[in-house]
Amino acid sequence: MAEKPKVAMYWCASCGGCEESVVDLAEDILFVVENVDIIFWPVAMDFKRSDVEKFADGEILVSMINGAIRSSEQYEMAQLLRKKSKIMIAYGACSHMGGIPSLANEFRKELIQNYVYSEAPTVSNPDETRPQPILKENGREVELPVLWETVRALDQVVDVDYYIPGCPPTPKILKNALVTLLSGNLPPKGTVLSPDVALCDECPRKDTKPTDLQFKEFKRPHLVEIDPELCFLAQGLICMGPATRSGCEALCIGGNMPCSGCFGPTSRVRDHGAKFLSSIASSVDAKTEPEIDEILNGIPDPVGTFYRYGLAKSTLHRRLNL
Amino acid sequence: MTNQGNNKDIRIGFYICHCGTNIASTVDVQKVVEFASKLPKVVVSRDYKYMCSDPGQELIQKDIKELGLNRIVVAACSPFLHEKTFRNASSQAGLNQFYFQMVNTREQNSWVHLDPYASTEKAIDLVRAAIYRVVYHKPLEQKRVPIHPDVLVVGGGIAGIHAALTLANAGKKVYLVEREPSIGGHMAMFDKTFPTLDCAACILTPKMTAVKNHPNITLWTYSEVIGVDGYVGNFKVKVRRKPRYINEDLCIGCLDCIEACVYKEGRFYDEFNLGLSKRKPVYIPFPQAVPLLVVIDPETCIQFKSGKCKQTCVEVCEPNAIDFTQKERIEEIEVGTIIIATGFQTFDPKKIPYYGYGTYPNVYTALEVERLINASGPTQGQIVLRDGTRPKSIAIIHCVGSRDKNTNQWCSRVCCLYSIKLAHLLKERTEAEIYNFYIDIRTPGKMMDEFFIRMKEEGIKFIRGRVADIYPDTSNGCCGKLVVKAEDTLVGEIIKVPVDMVVLSIGLEPRADAQEIRRMFNITCSTEGFYIERHPKLAPVNTFTDGIFLAGCCQGPKDIPDTVAQAGAAAAEALTLIDTGYIEIEPNTAFVLEDDCSGCKSCIPLCPYTAISFLEDKKKAFINEVLCKGCGTCVAACPSGSIVQNLFEDEEIFSEIVGVLNYTYHEEEV
Repeated sequence: MAEKPKVAMYWCASCGGCEESVVDLAEDILFVVENVDIIFWPVAMDFKRSDVEKFADGEILVSMINGAIRSSEQYEMAQLLRKKSKIMIAYGACSHMGGIPSLANEFRKELIQNYVYSEAPTVSNPDETRPQPILKENGREVELPVLWETVRALDQVVDVDYYIPGCPPTPKILKNALVTLLSGNLPPKGTVLSPDVALCDECPRKDTKPTDLQFKEFKRPHLVEIDPELCFLAQGLICMGPATRSGCEALCIGGNMPCSGCFGPTSRVRDHGAKFLSSIASSVDAKTEPEIDEILNGIPDPVGTFYRYGLAKSTLHRRLNL
Repeated sequence: MTNQGNNKDIRIGFYICHCGTNIASTVDVQKVVEFASKLPKVVVSRDYKYMCSDPGQELIQKDIKELGLNRIVVAACSPFLHEKTFRNASSQAGLNQFYFQMVNTREQNSWVHLDPYASTEKAIDLVRAAIYRVVYHKPLEQKRVPIHPDVLVVGGGIAGIHAALTLANAGKKVYLVEREPSIGGHMAMFDKTFPTLDCAACILTPKMTAVKNHPNITLWTYSEVIGVDGYVGNFKVKVRRKPRYINEDLCIGCLDCIEACVYKEGRFYDEFNLGLSKRKPVYIPFPQAVPLLVVIDPETCIQFKSGKCKQTCVEVCEPNAIDFTQKERIEEIEVGTIIIATGFQTFDPKKIPYYGYGTYPNVYTALEVERLINASGPTQGQIVLRDGTRPKSIAIIHCVGSRDKNTNQWCSRVCCLYSIKLAHLLKERTEAEIYNFYIDIRTPGKMMDEFFIRMKEEGIKFIRGRVADIYPDTSNGCCGKLVVKAEDTLVGEIIKVPVDMVVLSIGLEPRADAQEIRRMFNITCSTEGFYIERHPKLAPVNTFTDGIFLAGCCQGPKDIPDTVAQAGAAAAEALTLIDTGYIEIEPNTAFVLEDDCSGCKSCIPLCPYTAISFLEDKKKAFINEVLCKGCGTCVAACPSGSIVQNLFEDEEIFSEIVGVLNYTYHEEEV
C-alpha cells in the first residue's frame, strides 16, 4: 500500500475554534484518517517542532495553519512548515485575513500590554511585570517569543497556496477542500476554497430584500427583536452578507443573526470593509451632514463592524501614526 | 490589426506635446521623455511641437506600424479638446482607439503652475500613471444610439420662436413649451427696437403667428417642463400643462367672455403691463397674444373663490369653452434634442433703495416705460405719469443693477442702447428734456454707435456719473419733482437735476429658478446663474450635456440680433445631430458579471438613470447598456465587486493610482 499523503495542522494566534472545526467533521473524520497521515497537530497529538524539522523539504503534502501571525515563534513555525510542505493552506479567517486578532492593529502593542497586564479590572500586577524576551534564572537563559507590533495574515509572512475561509470553516467547506486537494485536480494558486459569489446567493431571506432599500437608521442585533424571516438589512441591521463569500450555508442567518463577514470578500474585492461601507453609504437616506451623523451613530464601532475579520488584509493594514 | 495581444506583448508609445510654448515653457519635456523611455514596456518616447497637427498624428501612426506599438499615451492638453483626435489617429493606424490614454499636462499642469521643477515632476507622475494604466486597457467598441428626430424648445421668447421655426421649416417636429399664457417673451413687451427703431410687434407677431400655424410645431403655452430623463437622442420629458379653465379646442378667441365678466373693470395686477393697468380674472395677456386663448385666473375669479358667481362669462360663450373643472395635465414626450431658451428676468431695483423705486411713484423701470410707450400698453402709448400729467424733464439712469459689485458685476450689454432708444422715443412723444446718467456708454455692434451719435445730435443730454441719490424736491414752489444727485465726473462737480420722471435702466439677470432648471436638464451654470456654453468661442450654443443647446439670454445678456443668431445656431446644432441619425457613445458603461452577482439588489435603487433592473427569474441584477451613462455609482456600491465598468476597471484605476503616487517598487513589477 502506497504511503498516505502527509498533512500538518498548526495553530498560531487563534482561539482554538479552527481545531474544533476539524473535530466537527464528526464521522467524516474517518474519511480524513483513511486518506491522510496526520504528521503534526500539536493541539491533538504529541509532536514537537523537531519532528517537523526531520522531514525533507516538500515532503508534507499539505500544511494547514490557522490563526494570525503576531509573534516571532509563529513566524518561525510558518516558515518551517512552508519549507517542508508542497501546499500551504491558510485555514480559517485569522490565517486568511488576520481575523479578530488583527483588530489589535487599531492599537499600539504597548497600549494592549498595559491593558492586559495592568489595567484590566480583573488583573492585579503591583510590580507592573511585563513579558520579557529573555529570562535568566538559576544561570539558565530562556528565550520567549516576541509579540509583534502588527498582526498579520499568513500570506503576509509566507507564500500561501490556498485559503479555507470561515470563523471557523464549516465542516462542509473543510471536507470539500480536502476532497479537492486529494483529487489532484488543483485549482489555481491563491484560490479561496469556497464559492466566489456573495452570501445573498444562498441566503434563505434573499427574496425578502426590497429593491429600494434606504437606511434611515442602523440598529444593533442585541438591542432589537429580530424578525426571523425578513432580510436583516431591511430591518436596519448591518449584515455583511452582500459583501461576503458564500459557502457557509448561511448558518448565522439560520440562527437569526446577521452575517458578520468571516468568509471574507469575493476575489473581485480588494478591501472587504471599504467595499461594504461604500455600498451601505450609497443607501443612507440622508441629505444633510447632521442627518448622516445621526444615522451613522447606529454603528458605534465601524472598524469592528466592517473589518471584524480582516483588518490585517485591509488596504491600510493597521492604524498609522501610532 | 497590429499586435494587440495579452499583457506580455505590451508595446507602449509615449508622446509629449510642447503645444508651442504652452506646455514646454513650464514643463521640461525632454526630462519627461527621458523618464518615460525608461518605464517598462515603453518602446518609444518622443516629444513634438504640436502633437495634434497632421505631422504629429502621423508620427504616432508611423510608430504604430513600424514599431508594432499597441498602446499609445499622449501628454498634451485636456482630453476634452483632443482625445478624439488621438483616438482617431490610433484607430486609423489599425489600433483599437481605446488602447489610447491621454495625459492632461496643460490645463491641469503648465497653465496652472509657475514652478518648472514641480510642474515637470507632476507631469512625470501623471505620465507614469497613464503608462501603468494603459497596460490594462481593453479593446472596446463604440455603440451607436439613434437620435429621435423630434426637438423640444423650452421658452417661447424670440430665441425659442426663431429656433422652433428654423427646425420646423427644416421638416422637424418641434414641441415649443412656454410658461406664460402667450409666446413672445420680453420682446413682445417692447415698443421699438434699437438701432433701427422698427416696431418690435411688427417684426415679432408674424413669427408668433407662424409658430401657431406651423404644422410641425406643437405649441404648449401656460406649460412647464417638470422632468427630463434619458440622454442625447432619447430624452423623455414631462410637461405640466396648467389649466386655463378654457377648452383650447373650443375657444375661438372672440373675447366675449372678458367683456361679459361680472367685473366691469379690470381690478387685478396685469402681469404683462407690469401692474401699470388692471385686468379682469378672465383675460388675455395682450391683444396680439399667441395663442389667442383667454385664461381664467383662479386666484381672483369669484367662481373659484366662492363658487357663487353668476357666471356671465359662461352664458355668453357660444362654443361652451369655459370649463371650471379643468385640471392640470401631464404630457410625456420623447425628443432627441433640447434647446433651452428660458430667457432672463430684469433686475429688481428695490434692491437699491436710494433710487426710490416703489417709494416715489414717478420712478419707473425701463421695462415699464416700454409698456407706457407701446401703443397697446396701459396708456395707449401716451407718456403720462401716474397722476396723469405729462413729464417735462426725464432722467434715465444707466447701469441699475449692472457693473456694480453690490448688485451684479456684469454689464447687461443692452441697457446703454435701450436707454438711448427710450430717450429718443420719450423725447419724440413728450418733447421733454432728457438726461442720461451713465458710467460708460457701450455701443458696440453694427450701426450701434452711429445710432448713439445720432441721438446725441437730437439734443439728448448725457451726464457721466453714477447717480448717488434720488429724493423729492422740497424747495418752495416746487410741485413734486424728483432731484437726481450725481457727480458729473467730466466736470468734477456734484450736480442735482430736478426732473418729473426717473427711468431706471435695469440690468438683465438669470431667472430666479435658473438653478432648478439647470439641475433638471443636467447642464451647468456660472455662479451668477447664466448657463454655461461648452466652449466660449468654438461651441457657444452647446452645453456640456450632449443634445442640449442654449439660445438667448439664459446663456448671458444679449440683444435681439445676437439672440436670433444664437437661436439659429442652436437649431443648426440640433439639425446636425438629427440628420446624422445616430450618436456614438463612449463605451464607458457598466455591466453585471452574471455568474458572480449574488442578487443582493444593493445597486438597483442607486442608479440615477434607472438602468438597473432585477431579473426575477435569474435572481440577478441586469444593466441596460443603452440607459447606462457610465456614472459608476453601481460599480462603487456593488458589495461583491460583481459590476465592472469599461475604461474604469479596478486594474486600470489601481495601476493608475500606483503610478501617480510614485511607488517606485512597482516599476519593476508592471
